[in-house]
Amino acid sequence: MTAADDTAPGEWERFDTKRRLLRFGLVLVVLGATVASWRALDVRYVYIETAPENIADLFGRMYPPDAAYAGEIVDPMIQTINIAVIGTVLALLLAAPVAYISARNTTPNRATHALGTVIVAGSRSIHSLIWGLVFVIVFGTGVLAGILAVAFRSIGFIAKLLSEEIEEIDAAATEAIRATGGSELDVLIYGILPQIKPALAGISVYRWDINVREATITGFVGAGGIGVELQNSIGAFRWDAVLTILIAILIVVVASESISAYVRRKVR
Amino acid sequence: MLSVTDLEKVYEGGERALRGVSFEIAANDIVAIIGPSGAGKSTLIECINRLTEPTSGTVQLDGTELTALSSRELRRARREIGMVFQEYALVERLTAMENVLSGRLGYVSSWRAFRRKFPSEDIQRAYATLDRVGLAGHEDDRVDELSGGQRQRVGIARAVLQQPKIILADEPTSSLDPETSRAVLELLTEIAAEEKIPVTINIHEVPLARAHADRIIGLSDGRIVFDGLPDDLDERAMDTIYRNGSTEETGGDDRQPRHFEAQID
Repeated sequence: MTAADDTAPGEWERFDTKRRLLRFGLVLVVLGATVASWRALDVRYVYIETAPENIADLFGRMYPPDAAYAGEIVDPMIQTINIAVIGTVLALLLAAPVAYISARNTTPNRATHALGTVIVAGSRSIHSLIWGLVFVIVFGTGVLAGILAVAFRSIGFIAKLLSEEIEEIDAAATEAIRATGGSELDVLIYGILPQIKPALAGISVYRWDINVREATITGFVGAGGIGVELQNSIGAFRWDAVLTILIAILIVVVASESISAYVRRKVR
Repeated sequence: MLSVTDLEKVYEGGERALRGVSFEIAANDIVAIIGPSGAGKSTLIECINRLTEPTSGTVQLDGTELTALSSRELRRARREIGMVFQEYALVERLTAMENVLSGRLGYVSSWRAFRRKFPSEDIQRAYATLDRVGLAGHEDDRVDELSGGQRQRVGIARAVLQQPKIILADEPTSSLDPETSRAVLELLTEIAAEEKIPVTINIHEVPLARAHADRIIGLSDGRIVFDGLPDDLDERAMDTIYRNGSTEETGGDDRQPRHFEAQID
């Protein structure tokens, strides 16, 4: 049945009755799901009443920030940036082969493609905090756990974007390299690499900037850097120190984001 | 030199691109392969160096049966077959020099290739060849800055740098304007003559083929329907190649089932 069947000439309706009912039903389902979720959570609204008071109280204890403390957090802040740098480089090294086997045009066979997809999905579905917990258990607290947490979280991201770049390269150029008698390795480094190089630079610096933010968090589970300081200050109720750390994180994040944006603008 | 025997190619979809193609090319021959779109010209060229794997038949280059080689041996054999492509097939983000030197990839280690450390004699020959194709001074230009004609000159230089036993050119002029086409084809055939390299060229433009080739092979529907000197390519031969001729070479009862095949594809 089409719209023309149940309307008189000169009238026009976007949807016929059946489809209109279906669309109405879908809206009801979404509304129902929202209400059901809300009720299941059983939110306690009494806390909302006291929230303004608590916010004022918290800010009162935070302000003014502990300026003397600023000198002490320089080292952990630098550590955080270093965790991001090393974590990103490590992730790049690990992600490159994963990207190669994930891209449809370079993967050796269907099994390797599946393996690549699994690695990408696995790395991306586990949050860096969870990776951090795992590595703190395995390697103890400290920067090593932080580096690995950041790296393992980044593998999927980098491999996914790189493999998409590899899939979009000019296949004729790589074919030509093959025709000159070049090996698969020659095809990779002479045909594929130059074509994905701008993307490679862009993705790396973008991931580094994300990793600076990730590395501030992983410290919460003991994986080194500024997060450890933040966790300690919160634990000791030193709210003026917490504010100092938050301001420091804000400055570093804004700086790393502008560096990353600048580099990505330059290489495209 | 190059000898192709009973070459057949059936694509996965069931399309028969080549139906028993046989020919031989002697040293220093410049052979043009002409024929309508879909006649199998590109498939034929790609089957020679096995960029496309032939279904059956043999290809021999200088006594080596290419169709019997392992992938490692095939790579060594491909070093001796230069190829010039329709859309140039250059690595656009690399310079003219880097693209030309890629013709030596089969001879240097991947590690050296990665660092662009080519032997100095290769570099000297690359300079000389770039000079010969009229691109002196453009060595360090990135290929995506060059014009179509210039790009194809880089493509020719890359093939020449391989010092190949044969050059295969797949529609080398079809992305170029008529004037540039003529100049590029002239350059290709002249260099081939100077370097004593036989060339096999797929080409659409029959007048260009007539002007520059020593011999013309006409392909129609996966078969060779003409093989002779440019002067022998008369009106009747053209009919056979391009209009699936009313001549005895492609009989009427032979045509029927093929139409049927085309429809079910």
